[in-house]
Amino acid sequence: MRFDKTEIALLGVGVALAISGLLAPGWLIFLLTVALAKGLVVQGVVMQMRAGMVSFGQGLFYCVGGYAVGMGGQFLGVSSAVLLLVLGVAAAAVLAMVLGLLLTRYREIFFAMLSLAFSMILYGVLVKGQALGSTDGFNVHSWGLFSGPASNPTMTIFYLTLACAAVVAFFLHRYTRSGVGVVCEATRENEVRVEYLGLSPRWILYANYVVAAVVSALGGGLTALAAGHVDPEMAYWTTSGEFVFIAILGGTGSVFAPFLAALVFALVRTYAIELVPNGWQMILGITLLVIIVFLPKGLWSLFSRKKEGAHS
Amino acid sequence: MQSLFAVFIDGAIYASWLFLVAAGLTVIYGVMRILNMAHGSFYAIGAYSAASMIGWYFADGSGNAWVSFLLLIVCALAAGLVVGTIIERGLLRYMYGRDEILMVIITYALLLILEDVMKIVWGVSPYFAYQPYTALGRVSMMGLKMSTYDLMLIGVAIVVGGALYAWLERTTLGKILRAVIHDREVASAMGVNVAKMFTITFLVGATLGTLAGALTAPAISVVPGIGVEVIVLAFAVVVVGGLGSIEGAAAGALLVGLCRAAAVHYAPEFELFVIYGVMSLVLAVRPQGLFGRTLARKI
Repeated sequence: MRFDKTEIALLGVGVALAISGLLAPGWLIFLLTVALAKGLVVQGVVMQMRAGMVSFGQGLFYCVGGYAVGMGGQFLGVSSAVLLLVLGVAAAAVLAMVLGLLLTRYREIFFAMLSLAFSMILYGVLVKGQALGSTDGFNVHSWGLFSGPASNPTMTIFYLTLACAAVVAFFLHRYTRSGVGVVCEATRENEVRVEYLGLSPRWILYANYVVAAVVSALGGGLTALAAGHVDPEMAYWTTSGEFVFIAILGGTGSVFAPFLAALVFALVRTYAIELVPNGWQMILGITLLVIIVFLPKGLWSLFSRKKEGAHS
Repeated sequence: MQSLFAVFIDGAIYASWLFLVAAGLTVIYGVMRILNMAHGSFYAIGAYSAASMIGWYFADGSGNAWVSFLLLIVCALAAGLVVGTIIERGLLRYMYGRDEILMVIITYALLLILEDVMKIVWGVSPYFAYQPYTALGRVSMMGLKMSTYDLMLIGVAIVVGGALYAWLERTTLGKILRAVIHDREVASAMGVNVAKMFTITFLVGATLGTLAGALTAPAISVVPGIGVEVIVLAFAVVVVGGLGSIEGAAAGALLVGLCRAAAVHYAPEFELFVIYGVMSLVLAVRPQGLFGRTLARKI
């Protein structure tokens, strides 16, 4: 197996983060963990954006991943974090395989709105579910990596998230260069011509949708393990809006972009809430507009612009 | 029989409210191809300004219910025109011609901004404007007690829907707008000032949003976040009916309203998601919505 520059960089950043985990204070570790986990959810959004589909309902799989982790501990007595995550991923995969059949028939805003509707249906179900704590949600049972409880959950979940993020990033980097990944971009540009080439855009979008769901559910599961709590807000449409926001912030240029954007988002939000509690959404909104107007390819274009200049 | 009647009346009231909320959204989408997420903010701004106005009017403890009703409408028109002008002239007109889905995200940014602008202007504590609601009293029909204000909402929805329909179908301006809806490029080649039509449409749409908010304010407590809840409902209604169609929004509102009322009466546990359930079902059968046009695919 040969590695390209991005993959080596990926390894480097991963090792650097792992080492800095030994030195950084607890709050920063937690922030990094959540940012990486949300970055994974955003990877799912970005994957679909590459194919020209904007999902305003990725919170659905984020929530499914989170609730699977919570319910696995609560009702099945599973205390292994790895097993809980597998549970969430499997649940999301099954759900995505069913919903994907319907959703891949839609494009543009119809896809956006219908995916939003499905996540709102889950929200409605969870709010009505008294056994699951209704709007309050419930706490995730104590867990360990392979059996619980872990002696140092903050560090365990940090390294687990880091490992998951690195593996997924590596996979996605290859995936975007694979046949399916390349055709996804072609579909965004011109779906009819892809059909003329003898390919079925619908099945490619379907595969892409399911993989995106799995990646997002993994992010949701990790967030639930890190935060120790799940609630229906995870499926509410504003949560999905946040993921779209982070995806636009980072851009679709690189596998690093969603993680970087999630980290920037987490930092900005933490400080903005502290400084202007009634104005942080405004800051987010203005940032979003500025990005759309001045950096349409996201924060990542700040890093890659130089290289492009040299080529042209 | 009585419960069936109750479902029908509740459904009609809820449908009227949904139609008022969704009408502005569908008008803006029809002409401008912008799925305006900030519509929820217009609704909230209408509700807040109406609540302030009603609070001021009833401050000394007396006041006429009908005058206050008129005040609601005037207040909504003023708020809609001001906010609509600022947003269309100040921001959106620089964004025209972008991808539809990007416009969704731009208006989502607007929604975020307006949420906090409202918190800064009106604070975070709830506002109440119940006076017009209670002053109009209740009526009995077939053994059911209903609020007159709610019933009046049905009338308002019919008037608004009729006026919109007449405006689009019976006036010259409406004809020009329909031309823009049908084919923007050809319309502008024929000498239609499309930018001006966009401004007019956006103002009408924004005003419809604030009107819906202002008329709802007496029936609810006006708190931060009401716009965020409302916008997804409006989306559902508009998508069910077919994006951009007034008749569609009316049919969608009626369908969704009746289904929700039936759920509330017979199966309350389904209440929260019956709306999205209806939307998913309709879209599964008719992807373009009940009244939507199917577009030919272009290479």
